[in-house]
Amino acid sequence: MKTASPFLELEGGPRVDVTWDGTSLSLPDGANLAAALLAAGVDVFRHTPVSGAPRAPFCMMGACFDCLVEIDGVSRQACMLEVTEGMVVTRPQDIGAHDGQA
Amino acid sequence: MMVKHDLVIIGAGPAGMAAAAQSAELGLSVTLLDEQLRAGGQIYRDVDRASPSRGNILGTDYTDGTRLTEDLRQSGVEHISGAVVWAIEDEFRISYTCNGRGAQIEADRILLATGALERPMPIPGWTLPGVMTAGAGQILLKQSGIVAQGAALVGSGPLLYLIAAQMVRAGKPPAAMIETQARGDMLRALRHVSGALRGWPYMAKGLNMLAEIKRAKVPRYTGATQIAVEGEGKAEVVTFTHKGRRRRIACETVYLHHGVVPSTQAARSLGISHRWDAAQGAFVPELDAWGQSDVEGVFIAGDGAGIGGAKAAEHAGRLAALKVAENAKRLPPQDCNRMATPLRGALARELAARPFLDAAYPPYAAALHPADKTVICRCEEVTAGDIRSYAKLGCLGPNQTKAFGRAGMGPCQGRYCGLTVTALLADANGRSPDETGYYRIRAPLKPVTLGELAAMEETTQDAAE
Repeated sequence: MKTASPFLELEGGPRVDVTWDGTSLSLPDGANLAAALLAAGVDVFRHTPVSGAPRAPFCMMGACFDCLVEIDGVSRQACMLEVTEGMVVTRPQDIGAHDGQA
Repeated sequence: MMVKHDLVIIGAGPAGMAAAAQSAELGLSVTLLDEQLRAGGQIYRDVDRASPSRGNILGTDYTDGTRLTEDLRQSGVEHISGAVVWAIEDEFRISYTCNGRGAQIEADRILLATGALERPMPIPGWTLPGVMTAGAGQILLKQSGIVAQGAALVGSGPLLYLIAAQMVRAGKPPAAMIETQARGDMLRALRHVSGALRGWPYMAKGLNMLAEIKRAKVPRYTGATQIAVEGEGKAEVVTFTHKGRRRRIACETVYLHHGVVPSTQAARSLGISHRWDAAQGAFVPELDAWGQSDVEGVFIAGDGAGIGGAKAAEHAGRLAALKVAENAKRLPPQDCNRMATPLRGALARELAARPFLDAAYPPYAAALHPADKTVICRCEEVTAGDIRSYAKLGCLGPNQTKAFGRAGMGPCQGRYCGLTVTALLADANGRSPDETGYYRIRAPLKPVTLGELAAMEETTQDAAE
């Protein structure tokens, strides 16, 4: 799930702790959440309700909904959010019956 | 009682920002709603926060955007950022969500400046993690200072060269450019060469970018066909045919691009007429020379009106603002026309190179008419073959496909399958795109939660008490 990322951050800056799917990540404060997760090596954001296929950010502009994550029980587009200290992010839970990878 | 504004502008890209500043200058009460947290649109995304080193990578065409964000700040226009519009009704009440709460705003006139989307590029494997739009790659660079190492760029068009050149400048040149345009396309484009010469600054920039890419020794495979992304749970390799030979390029990131198309969701929800533009290969709203639509009081400017690029969008935004002011009796007609003349000239110059570019970098044919097994609706995982089978059962238009198999009914609401469904049905039924039509778009334009609606109820009740 978390691997060395092909996405390289060119600039440094203050970082904060965020929980992703139960593990702690150190992400740039105020960064775009989807971008920060990609750079931290998160390569699968969710699985589709239809076939359980893995998905990750596709458009980064709020149009495709492939980067859906769950925060406080609500599905949100990660690409439309900014990283804040202590954010707790999980994979969305409303997945189909044939998804065994949740 | 809600205050009614003279104008509400939706979208804070170049068209929206320029229109906001222009209309405020003419004395209109204007509110600008935008989904993003900071003004700029996708083209100037987060331009105010970009570091100088990032500015150097992205170039002055990007950093120039601060001119518009500064004008917007100076104008004093109310800019509601992070506002996701999900309904526009009743001449005109606009419902949106901001900070987890629903809210509404009223206006006599609306300007839609909602910009463009990447043209959907359904190829085998395009739903795999690691496959993104080239626009997404640019957004990562602009907003987050993130560059993908060893990425493959697939498709055609100037944006592909721009992002390749930017990746070179960032020290991470792409692993390969797999380009779909063929030699014949460039030959056909040459009949538009006089326009291209009038749009020479663009052509010169394009040649410079190609030189940068060449100096970095990025392999280019032009005329590529049978392109697919393969991998176990994520992108691992791009395969394609080049000069009769099957090739494989290992990469974890694939950026797809074969043009951008107008984002028409909001305009369609208002019932504005659209027509098929064969040169752009997309539906465009029916507008007059001011950007006025056939729904009274609704204007459209920028790429949402037909693809013209950032500078053209800026001029079109100003033109629309002038007409709005004239309609609102804040600008005499003769002044409106006088002020419009230089804008029209500038707009024509910006658009001069378009026919050449459209012809030289056509969409990838195999992604316009994908193979049966290729998923075309990312949300509901409907394949091209499914759509063709609906056509055999008598399905003529995109709205009917929803009844057959949920294409276009997922959260993206057809944004990344609509044009493909139209193309597939038109082809299967031997009808034109205009005859085939597009999805009927209804509110909510973006999903809205019960919590957000409940929060809006409270606000309304608070106001009533």
